[in-house]
Amino acid sequence: MTKSHKKQQLNIKALPKTLTGISGLDEITDGGLPKGRPTLICGEAGCGKTLMSLEFIVRGATTYNEPGVFMAFEEKTEELAMNVSSLGFDLQKLQEQNKVKLDHVHIDRSEIEETGEYDLEGLFIRLGYAINSIGAKRVVLDTLENLFSGLSDQAILRAELRRLFTFLKDKGVTAIITGEKGEGASLTRQGLEEYVSDCVILLDHRVINQISTRRLRVVKYRGSQHGTNEYPFLIDEDGISVLPVTSLKLEKEVSSKRIPSGIPALDEMLGGHGFFKGSSILVSGTAGTGKTSIAAYFANETCRQKKKCMYFAFEESPKQIIRNMQSINVNLKQYVDNGLLIFHASRPTLYGLEMHLVAIYKLIKQFKPDAVILDPITNLITVGSVSEVKSMLVRLIDFLQEEQITVMFTALSLNTVVSEQTDEGVSSLVDAWLLVRDIESNGERNRGMYIMKSRGMKHSNQVREFIITDKGLDLVDVYLGPEGVLTGSAREAQKLKEKTGVALRDFALTRKDKEIIRKRKMLEAKISSLQAEFESTEEELNKIYIEEDLKQQIIEKNREEITKMRRGHETETKVRSKK
Amino acid sequence: MEKEVINYELRLYIAGKTAKSVTALANLKKYCEEHLKGQYTIEVIDLLVKPQLAEGDQIFAIPTLVRKVPEPIRKIIGDLSNEEKVLVGLNIRPR
Repeated sequence: MTKSHKKQQLNIKALPKTLTGISGLDEITDGGLPKGRPTLICGEAGCGKTLMSLEFIVRGATTYNEPGVFMAFEEKTEELAMNVSSLGFDLQKLQEQNKVKLDHVHIDRSEIEETGEYDLEGLFIRLGYAINSIGAKRVVLDTLENLFSGLSDQAILRAELRRLFTFLKDKGVTAIITGEKGEGASLTRQGLEEYVSDCVILLDHRVINQISTRRLRVVKYRGSQHGTNEYPFLIDEDGISVLPVTSLKLEKEVSSKRIPSGIPALDEMLGGHGFFKGSSILVSGTAGTGKTSIAAYFANETCRQKKKCMYFAFEESPKQIIRNMQSINVNLKQYVDNGLLIFHASRPTLYGLEMHLVAIYKLIKQFKPDAVILDPITNLITVGSVSEVKSMLVRLIDFLQEEQITVMFTALSLNTVVSEQTDEGVSSLVDAWLLVRDIESNGERNRGMYIMKSRGMKHSNQVREFIITDKGLDLVDVYLGPEGVLTGSAREAQKLKEKTGVALRDFALTRKDKEIIRKRKMLEAKISSLQAEFESTEEELNKIYIEEDLKQQIIEKNREEITKMRRGHETETKVRSKK
Repeated sequence: MEKEVINYELRLYIAGKTAKSVTALANLKKYCEEHLKGQYTIEVIDLLVKPQLAEGDQIFAIPTLVRKVPEPIRKIIGDLSNEEKVLVGLNIRPR
């Protein structure tokens, strides 16, 4: 309920209510039954009317300090006390403490003769006396309709019943009247609902596909809002728990805290940190792909970090799981022993889906784990249709997210249509989906894993080979080569091949290097010889040139000499030559 | 019906002096005088005064006549206006 709504209710003086103390019922009725008024609980035989009303009394006496009177028209008080002692209700003690008063009204038609007019004042006096003697705030009349079988004068009975309800209201007690479900549409056989107009709760016990589920519905609640759906409820050693399973809002707290999966390589694929806290993870795959191993690893990691984990097994027994996981180096037993890990194994066919949900809900409320594992959810299909399983899981995820509990589902996918649907149905709900699948080639089967989705985080798009050894789980990069994806021994072979290749290449490389060095040396030698040749040629050329020069000089000199000699005029020649 | 002397212990539960109670008591006395003269005792219990006694005899209707003795216990509820039924109910007259 929103705050503004509450305020509004307060302003117009809300209907005072009495908490029943029955887990879940107070949520549905938004605070309990109408205070000081009678409530009718009706249903078929064996649907839990007596127990529910008795729990109302016991919880009132023990939890809310409101003494109660239980007037039984059907069972004897000793029988009642015995019946509920298995639920941990000690009626004997509560009676001694004057917190509860049981009164058995025995009506036997064969012992009773009716003549003339009478009324039920005796009942009133008894009830009034019982109420006054312990100061009762709560009253249960179970089952009032027995009066009708014991007495024949209907007119008197009806008039007296009306008076009884007025009497109860005058006494200011919160009362529960139980009634057997009548034929057809009527809620009770004797039409008690016409007297009780404030609150009517209908209990139902249905068997669908051989699986029985108890359900509760608030048919009417005058002056109050209430859940109108059918809510499954459970009777177990702690009494009744009703599960108000559909939360309508999507306003959950979210955490950006990460929790590791236990497999470092998987965390690496999930952006390096693992899953989000409070998220839901689906691990799906065909049979024997290691889904349970992944789940066990996750459980192991959670416990290793001193956090609590709850493992719901629908297929294997806890001991089986512990033994099997030891083969992959996961010791879950130590965590079971120190209380961090709790296994809860149940056959899916044990009870209906809703009951599974209630049971899970209850256990989680009790244990308050940090992580929950359901292995495998596909087995639930055996007790419900795909859509039912989906709706159950929606509510479970809803609840878990509210509690900030991380949940891991495993799902078996066969190649049948139904399972494919489950996968799809659930996969849209979960935050992360890991798929493990068989990769069959070269006469062997290997496991490949990839992340189908992981909301709100970077994640790898790679298919990794998922290997399970006696040391544990690991993910290996698959070989992606020209021949496609290689796994298993093919991958190993490819690796070896690569190794050989490297060695060969290295060898080739060194040979090439040497050749280059040799070539260089050769070339260098060639270069130096060429240089020498060049130098000698140059020298040769130079020599010729100098010779030529010398020759020229000498010729010039000679010519001058000759010219001088011919003219005989040394000075003239000198002047000329000077000019 | 065997003619042995049986002492009838009768108890009439009432709640205050209502018209029905008064009628019932008057009727009872009349029948007893007629049929059980000298072999009966009538105890009138007013539950308004002693409400704790209602539980013991499993009283829920008022007025209720309880035949404590002879066994088995029999109960007749109402103002006892039908003599025939009362006598049969008390096993004074065979059915």
